[in-house]
Amino acid sequence: MEPTLSQYLLVSGALFAIGLLGVIVRRNLLIIYMSLELMLNAANVALVAMSHFKGNLDGQVMVFFIITVAAAEVSVGLALIVALYRKRQTADVEDLATMKL
Amino acid sequence: MEGTLFNLFASLAVLSALLVVVNPLSRNPVTSAMFLVTTMISISGLFVLLGAYFLAAVQILVYAGAVMVLFLFVIMLLDIQETARRKLNLVSLAMGLLAVGALFLVYKSSIETTYGDQTEHHEAAADSALVEAIPPKVGSTQALGQALFSAKKGFILPFEIISVLLLVAMVGVILLSRKEPR
Repeated sequence: MEPTLSQYLLVSGALFAIGLLGVIVRRNLLIIYMSLELMLNAANVALVAMSHFKGNLDGQVMVFFIITVAAAEVSVGLALIVALYRKRQTADVEDLATMKL
Repeated sequence: MEGTLFNLFASLAVLSALLVVVNPLSRNPVTSAMFLVTTMISISGLFVLLGAYFLAAVQILVYAGAVMVLFLFVIMLLDIQETARRKLNLVSLAMGLLAVGALFLVYKSSIETTYGDQTEHHEAAADSALVEAIPPKVGSTQALGQALFSAKKGFILPFEIISVLLLVAMVGVILLSRKEPR
């Protein structure tokens, strides 16, 4: 039996919710960043599922662009985390509550 | 067959995503990164089931390969000491669970309203007929390339902008992670 579109969307929603939970609950910057990646991938699953079930390739093209932008975003974000760690010696968001470095 | 594979990949993806975020056994970022790799591979399995073979390959290459190597590299570079387990803020945990659970329930019920039971079979039949009408178009790498680069309806300008964005990101990363000159 072939899975339906709503099943794929449900999986995508579950992944997105888990990623959001990670961003809200966890305090480690690196794990928050991984949860952000999870949310991006949930959106990708929804787009590819839509593209498959509607017979339109635009969704897959958009996922292609999202993957590229996500790769660039990861590199910049991790460089920012490394720079922050050099200044403050911590990767815990509760220690990073001031706007001043 | 397809249903079994879908169940396998979907449950694996959701389970390992949960283990990325709330792992009861370990709070080590390396464990989370490893489970994130599992999630990415299961998601690429879902892409294969959806006929997006090129994207499945790219997902494994970029996420399970490049991005996760970068994550592990930074985790080991920072070498964060296992900080004394801080008191978990129960209020924020409960609030986060509540908000996320409510969001998911809203999303789920909206899906169920849109693709409800009585219309589901009809809709699925129509969709599969639609997919069968254009079988070679969806999914194959050639079709994706044509959709990307066709002169009339292509995405050539966004593609070029993406390449500039990658260059900017590269320069920015080098600038950010450089040691400050004294």
